[in-house]
Amino acid sequence: MFKKILIANRGEIACRVIKTARKMGIKTVAVYSDADRNALHVKMADEAVHIGPPPANQSYIVIDKILQAIKDTGAEAVHPGYGFLSENPKFAEALEAAGVAFIGPPKGAIEAMGDKITSKKIAQEADVSTVPGYMGLIEDADEAVKISNQIGYPVMIKASAGGGGKGMRIAWDDQEAREGFQSSKNEAANSFGDDRIFIEKFVTQPRHIEIQVLCDGHGNAIYLNERECSIQRRNQKVVEEAPSPFLDEATRKAMGDQSTALAKAVGYTSAGTVEFIVDGDRNFYFLEMNTRLQVEHPVTELITGVDLVEQMIRVAAGEPLSISQDDVGIHGWAIENRLYAEDPYRNFLPSIGRLTRYRPPSEVAAGPMLSEGTWQGEAPTGDTAVRNDTGVYEGGEISMFYDPMIAKLCTWGPDRASAIEAMRNALDGFEVEGIGHNLPFVAAVMDHPKFISGDMTTAFIAEEYPDGFEGVELPAETLQRVAAAAAAMTRVAEIRRTRISGRMDNHTRVVGGQSVVTLQGATFPVSIAADPEGSDVSFEDGTVLRVESDWLPGQSLARLNVGGNPMALKVDKITHGYRIRFRGADMKVHVRSPRQAELAALMPEKLPPDTSKMLLCPMPGLIVKVDVEVGDEVQEGQALCTVEAMKMENILRAEKKAIVSKINAGAGDSLAVDEVIMEFE
Amino acid sequence: MKDILEQLEQRRADARLGGGQRRIDSQHKKGKLTARERIELLLDDGSFEEFDMFVAHRCTEFGMQEQRPPGDGVVTGWGTINGRQVYVFSQDFTVLGGSVSETHAAKICKIMDMAMQNGAPVIGINDSGGARIQEGVDSLAGYGEVFQRNIMASGVVPQISVIMGPCAGGAVYSPAMTDFIFMVKDSSYMFVTGPDVVKTVTNEQVTAEELGGASTHTRKSSVADGAFENDVEALAEVRRLVDFLPLNNKEKPPVRPFFDAPDRVESSLDTLIPDNPNMPYDMKELITKIADEGDFFEIQAEFAANMITGFIRLEGQTVGVVANQPLVLAGVLDIDSARKAARFVRFCDCFEIPILSLVDVPGFLPGTTQEYNGVIKHGAKLLFAYGEATVPKVTVITRKAYGGAYVVMSSKHLRGDFNYAWPTSEIAVMGAKGAVEILHRADLGDAEKTAAHTEHYEDRFANPFVAAERGFIDEVIQPRSTRRRVTRAFASLRNKRAQMPWKKHDNIPL
Repeated sequence: MFKKILIANRGEIACRVIKTARKMGIKTVAVYSDADRNALHVKMADEAVHIGPPPANQSYIVIDKILQAIKDTGAEAVHPGYGFLSENPKFAEALEAAGVAFIGPPKGAIEAMGDKITSKKIAQEADVSTVPGYMGLIEDADEAVKISNQIGYPVMIKASAGGGGKGMRIAWDDQEAREGFQSSKNEAANSFGDDRIFIEKFVTQPRHIEIQVLCDGHGNAIYLNERECSIQRRNQKVVEEAPSPFLDEATRKAMGDQSTALAKAVGYTSAGTVEFIVDGDRNFYFLEMNTRLQVEHPVTELITGVDLVEQMIRVAAGEPLSISQDDVGIHGWAIENRLYAEDPYRNFLPSIGRLTRYRPPSEVAAGPMLSEGTWQGEAPTGDTAVRNDTGVYEGGEISMFYDPMIAKLCTWGPDRASAIEAMRNALDGFEVEGIGHNLPFVAAVMDHPKFISGDMTTAFIAEEYPDGFEGVELPAETLQRVAAAAAAMTRVAEIRRTRISGRMDNHTRVVGGQSVVTLQGATFPVSIAADPEGSDVSFEDGTVLRVESDWLPGQSLARLNVGGNPMALKVDKITHGYRIRFRGADMKVHVRSPRQAELAALMPEKLPPDTSKMLLCPMPGLIVKVDVEVGDEVQEGQALCTVEAMKMENILRAEKKAIVSKINAGAGDSLAVDEVIMEFE
Repeated sequence: MKDILEQLEQRRADARLGGGQRRIDSQHKKGKLTARERIELLLDDGSFEEFDMFVAHRCTEFGMQEQRPPGDGVVTGWGTINGRQVYVFSQDFTVLGGSVSETHAAKICKIMDMAMQNGAPVIGINDSGGARIQEGVDSLAGYGEVFQRNIMASGVVPQISVIMGPCAGGAVYSPAMTDFIFMVKDSSYMFVTGPDVVKTVTNEQVTAEELGGASTHTRKSSVADGAFENDVEALAEVRRLVDFLPLNNKEKPPVRPFFDAPDRVESSLDTLIPDNPNMPYDMKELITKIADEGDFFEIQAEFAANMITGFIRLEGQTVGVVANQPLVLAGVLDIDSARKAARFVRFCDCFEIPILSLVDVPGFLPGTTQEYNGVIKHGAKLLFAYGEATVPKVTVITRKAYGGAYVVMSSKHLRGDFNYAWPTSEIAVMGAKGAVEILHRADLGDAEKTAAHTEHYEDRFANPFVAAERGFIDEVIQPRSTRRRVTRAFASLRNKRAQMPWKKHDNIPL
């Protein structure tokens, strides 16, 4: 076995690999750019090597720098994580030349599968079911339009070297094909240094289901069931789970067999993922094979008990697989939510910056991970599991240079419902402040009836949130529980206020037991009867909810038991109440005395200022180009300008027909959030 | 006998109805509460004790003898806020437009005198059309009496003004002399002369809101210390502010039970200062992470945002915070920020509120605008205020402390009690670039030499240790332990006694 390995990556995946290496007694070497000087993976590794400036193309994906780091530290093997150099055959080749083991598949397999056009041909030859599409390279936008018409809309335009949603566009007509081709090409050139593009049929009603394979250098290939990753936004996976609620055993086996066949066809070793698109009739088509550890691999680990990173390392060290296909089972259910620094209230725009607060929920071990010794943490055990793979910490930075992922929060339960419930609770207890992030959004998904029933496609987000995400309206019964909690918390806080020094003796304030709670448009007059253990909150409808909690004023996370249900509320003090975040809802909860409530009702409702006639910069970014001039009449949906943030080009479009009256920014300008780009008449 | 008791209740009921239901409804329609409703929200339930409910004016001009409403347009008395005594007056716009008469003013004077005598704050709720013209000079005399009491009470008991309607002409000068002015957005305005006069005299077209609304006074003029969405919010926040203030200048600031460990470690502060010295960061994060429970009551949040002022608690006790804000204009000192901070420091000193200064200041803002407008004298106000303050003063330098601004920001040289610095501090006369240009003018053409000089300068001065060698910095501390260090520092200063030489009063450069 290796004595020391280098992890040619950053963020949560580098930390993830380090944990397994530690468990195996292997020393670790981290690499870092200037932007990651204080990163978690650097702190966790035994050694760390600085490899250059922040942009990945000057650090993390410069092969020579990694090679130098290997040389300087004497690492015997390299784990590439995902992204960066993980699927770069030149890197595998360079390592081979240097006599260093690559913890991944052989160069030939990477090459064969890394190119989406070649991989499809090989898949067809190996009798793997594939999607119709154009396999050749496309020269220009005109050709892209022509081919799109031949295949028939809708089509998917993809960067040949792409992945993770970058350089990928769906086009429904000629204009979108033209635009999509150009932006995919630009993004591909920026992100991968390879601007080759191809086009294929976009399957409707699709589900994204992928098979995890694991192969050794001794001809053994097994599959570790599937993962369903249908909850995606712009082809970026957001929620993943294993197993899929959609597959039957026959389909699972067929997909698994085809996947291992494909792996064998390319002489695959190590862990890999064969991605399929599955239609409503459970027809499945090969999409691509990812010749690396997948972001969402933890859900597979949670239901199988197999530590995929450990297996990768063992295979790279030449060991045969210690498990056979028959050993692989499905034990319980696992769900992963990817927490991204993307603001759901601003159409998921990237939100970089400092994590002023980062308090993940406590990890809990349960299920197969216990019996198989997969668990790397020191967490207590429970009936359901919580696992949080992260590369950040409180006070750390979400940098503009890399993927805006904050953490991968996973839960496991004996069945799907319990895994989902565990996820809801974990999200409620997860505090992230300082940047915008999608936690409320994934929390909303966890409560969405379609998700709960398992009835979803990759269009789930686009269809269920067509106008973006505006927070969750809680059901009446839940509102009542939140109201009871807020009333009880307010009572504690108000009583503390009456304990201030300098009071008039014998004339101290008595906090009344009657309150009126307003939240999300509902009003609940309540009365509170408190005793040393908690309080009974009585509602006008006769409901009495017992509230017990050790919460004290100033604590930002309130764990309470309300009417026998445990709940965790994120609370921030506001005038006459709290801002409370719970289950994807973000609400102002006012708790007032009856008289205060009566007078507050007289206050006028103030509308926010009218920004409907302005185009505001939705994120901090660089204006790449402005497409219109003063005086232009623009149509709904017309591109107005392009803002680049975090290497993604975002085209800002007209929301309605209007005439441009003023333009305040030009190409090359760096703008802050909400700066006015242009105004309309 | 019973009749007489009933008669009293009837008279009270009449007085409580102020200008009558129609005017009350009209007040509500404007989004405003009545004088008595405001008092109800301001004070603890049932704690209000009213004075002079039946006071009526004595004017007989212009038929005024025909309307002599009880109370004369202002409700006065005392009550408690969380059990602590305060005096309050609340002008009643429904009664003769809340206009100030001789007797109206006398009612205000009465409770101000009592507040002074009994050592309790005065909270004035302003909603008045101005002087009662029918009374002529008697009304003006009334204003004058109130002004004189504002002056006498200044520095004796805290005075808070809440502007909840019109406040125009001479009336503005009473709030102007109080410690804090709060306004309500969209329903209050303050100006010396109104839009009509402005138009006649200067030909300027301006609305009342533009001329003297909450936004004008919180952002442009700095007359107001804060603005709130409506009456309910404003009064709730005034209650919150009162919880931070001592009752008078002889009492310590209040203490209340706290639920936040004084030795709480905030490891995230170790990364607050960005690697790049030109990158800004949010000083408010430091303030809220030092404060008990993250609770910060900011004063003048919208004005001169390059300086932050406000109140926090440490171990339950009030501390005033003055901090440079690197997010705005790099935290530079200028006329506005110096004036803002100076007034805040003097308030704290008046009322024995300890002062925590958080320093990241690149210097004074250069330029003709600053010089022509007297940055010398305005900057000196802050210097003066810090130097004369005898309350406990604890300073933490987080990054830059350059030049004169270093001295100004509660340095050791201005009787700072504890002067801490983070390891990231740079305490020097100026930044490396500027210093090298002066010290090594001859080598300016030589990039290599200049770089070497710059590096040498940075090595030598871009740190807190030169100052620490002199004892100007008492200790270089870990950012993560700032709360514990600062809290202990203030704890050790609870019995501080510092003297000023006898003087009638000082001559701060106004």
